[in-house]
Amino acid sequence: MDFLNAIIAFLNYVFIPGVAYGSQLALGALGVTLVYGILRFSNFAHGDTMALGSMATVLMTWLFQSWGISLGPLPTALLALPFGILFTIGLLLFTDRAVYKFYRVKKAKPVILVIVSLGITFIYNGVTRFIIGPDDQNFFDGERFIISAREFKKATGLAEGLSFKTTQGITIVTAVIVVVALFWFLNKTRAGKSMRAYSDNEDLALLSGINPERVVMITWIIVAFLTTIAGVLYGLDKSFKPFTYFQLLLPIFASAIVGGLGNPIGAIAGGFVIAFSEVTITYAWKKILVYLMPESLEPSGLVQLLSTDYKFAVSFVILLIVLLFKPTGLFKGQSV
Amino acid sequence: MKKMLMATTAAALVATSAFADGHAKEVKLGILFGFTGPIESLTGPMSAGAEMAMKEVTDSGMLLDGAKVTSIRADGGCIDNGMATAGAERLLAEGINGLVGSDCSGVTGAVLQNVAIPNGMVMISPSATSPGLTTMEDNGLFFRTSPSDAREGEVMAEILQERGVKSIALTYTNNDYGKGLADAIESSFKAIGGEVTIVAAHEDGKADYSAEVGALASAGGDLLVVAGYLDQGGAGIIKSALDAGAWETFGLPGGMIGENLPKTIGPDLDGSYGQIAGSQGNGIDKLVEMAGDAFDATSPYTPESYDAAALFMMAMQAANSTDPADYKDKILEVANAPGEKIYPGELGKALELIKAGKDVDYVGASAVELIGPGESAGTYRMIEVKDGKNETIGFK
Repeated sequence: MDFLNAIIAFLNYVFIPGVAYGSQLALGALGVTLVYGILRFSNFAHGDTMALGSMATVLMTWLFQSWGISLGPLPTALLALPFGILFTIGLLLFTDRAVYKFYRVKKAKPVILVIVSLGITFIYNGVTRFIIGPDDQNFFDGERFIISAREFKKATGLAEGLSFKTTQGITIVTAVIVVVALFWFLNKTRAGKSMRAYSDNEDLALLSGINPERVVMITWIIVAFLTTIAGVLYGLDKSFKPFTYFQLLLPIFASAIVGGLGNPIGAIAGGFVIAFSEVTITYAWKKILVYLMPESLEPSGLVQLLSTDYKFAVSFVILLIVLLFKPTGLFKGQSV
Repeated sequence: MKKMLMATTAAALVATSAFADGHAKEVKLGILFGFTGPIESLTGPMSAGAEMAMKEVTDSGMLLDGAKVTSIRADGGCIDNGMATAGAERLLAEGINGLVGSDCSGVTGAVLQNVAIPNGMVMISPSATSPGLTTMEDNGLFFRTSPSDAREGEVMAEILQERGVKSIALTYTNNDYGKGLADAIESSFKAIGGEVTIVAAHEDGKADYSAEVGALASAGGDLLVVAGYLDQGGAGIIKSALDAGAWETFGLPGGMIGENLPKTIGPDLDGSYGQIAGSQGNGIDKLVEMAGDAFDATSPYTPESYDAAALFMMAMQAANSTDPADYKDKILEVANAPGEKIYPGELGKALELIKAGKDVDYVGASAVELIGPGESAGTYRMIEVKDGKNETIGFK
């Protein structure tokens, strides 16, 4: 029984939150890594693109809710998601046409594009706040839990509860589907192959007749998919607040860089490395050890490696170590 | 042409000053609150409360023979020292005679050290509650109508004991306010024999709080006390803890009490309880009546804001001067016994009494009684969340 309790406590406080947060980071990091691999700059506006895309979805969700449309146990936001994605595609293509294209044609240095994207960040930032405001917005409906802690305890008679939220389930399932679809697209379709070719060698790709504008357009469309899905999943699981999307930028970039910038597999691995390092290293293992150890060996302290204050330090130390020993990231990406 | 321009400008200047003289004196009070930031949902009613006191005095025409009191607002951002200091400096440049504020403890200390003391400006804060401000050297320029968190720690420990709570896990927002309050709660609760399993900080506005909740849950405890902000990380921690099934009831100190919290969290918050500086009796009822529908006078720290503004004006009358150096010594005098008790809505009467050389004892909306270096002795409202609303269940 004690062994089971230990496993449940581990699942409930470390594994499930880690996997859900890791999936959210992985989806975000995939977008960052694609822009870096193909358009060759670090897109700082990524977090706020997520915020804007989610905002469109939130507004659509409210509209559907007011019409009485719902998906039963699933959140209505899933129904509104395609509209949010359409909005984000429009937004990104417009931004590209209006801003990035100008610098691309001039073959501007990546560092200039980085600063340009920072400017875009502030504009998106303002637009989001102008339309929906800076406050927390709740747009979740439907069933909250797949397994709730209280029911789990009642059903199994264990001392530890296991809770698995609907949003965590959706997050993980969606992340898997999106990643599979993305890899299929990149490896099996003509457009995907031309994107990889363009990423490997721009000039060679041009010579073999690949239209760069088309590659750029497809990239932004995929990025719109990824950001909106990541943003909406995050908003459903935690809450929609424009400022936290800006804050998400740091862990997302850390994930992409740890995994290897420009490498999609790396982005996914990086997302989980960062999420789990944040949760496990600052976790107080007392609860689990008390179940596992014989009474005489039970720890009296918290068995916490580092206080949670150092949560962010942990991900950046990992980032530094990886960059020191493998400058291109865990999976071979481009060096920064 | 140039001369012509000069002449008209000069004429206009002379005319305005003459006009101002004829219209008696103007007293300017600055209001430096965080209109943006972690407690932005509280500062609206707070400033409305302070401005209502000013309007009341202006209408009575009793202050320094008919002086007009105007308010000038500035945004202090609550957690941004640079922004608050800049705001305070702007207010000084506009010629304020007293400063109501600031709201959060960290910025209040910064404004006091960097702006108020060098310029000899008096500050009365309605809501800065850090125990650190009690001992800060202030040249007699700083007062507050809210009690120190050291007192809140004692009150919270008593409430927990009455409810039969034996052990608590404690998390605080990582700043002056959170740290001071967490220390106070921890030491008071331990002093009465309670156990504190863990004290962990959380940062505001972060993306994910499962690591914090994991550590807190592992340490265990009957109750999770969240010494944070309701519009910020505090709400995130509670949400995450509820989702993981780690706790079902929470202890909510002052910074977590506000209408937004039950609204964000939903019905799961029912049964959680806490306390916030607040008073009972005639004063607050009178203020609610005066405010009517214009703003919510029972919103946290709103009565204290009314009182802060009122104290300024009564002290000015007592000193017969708007110079901070003159009236700063009068603030304790008008706030405390002996004298006739003064409630909200009676500011005109109070000014009249002071002018006649009589003593007043300002009670106001929050039962003001300034102790020590000029801070409120502190009554607390006990709050319990019932059916998605904060309900007052008693006083301490």
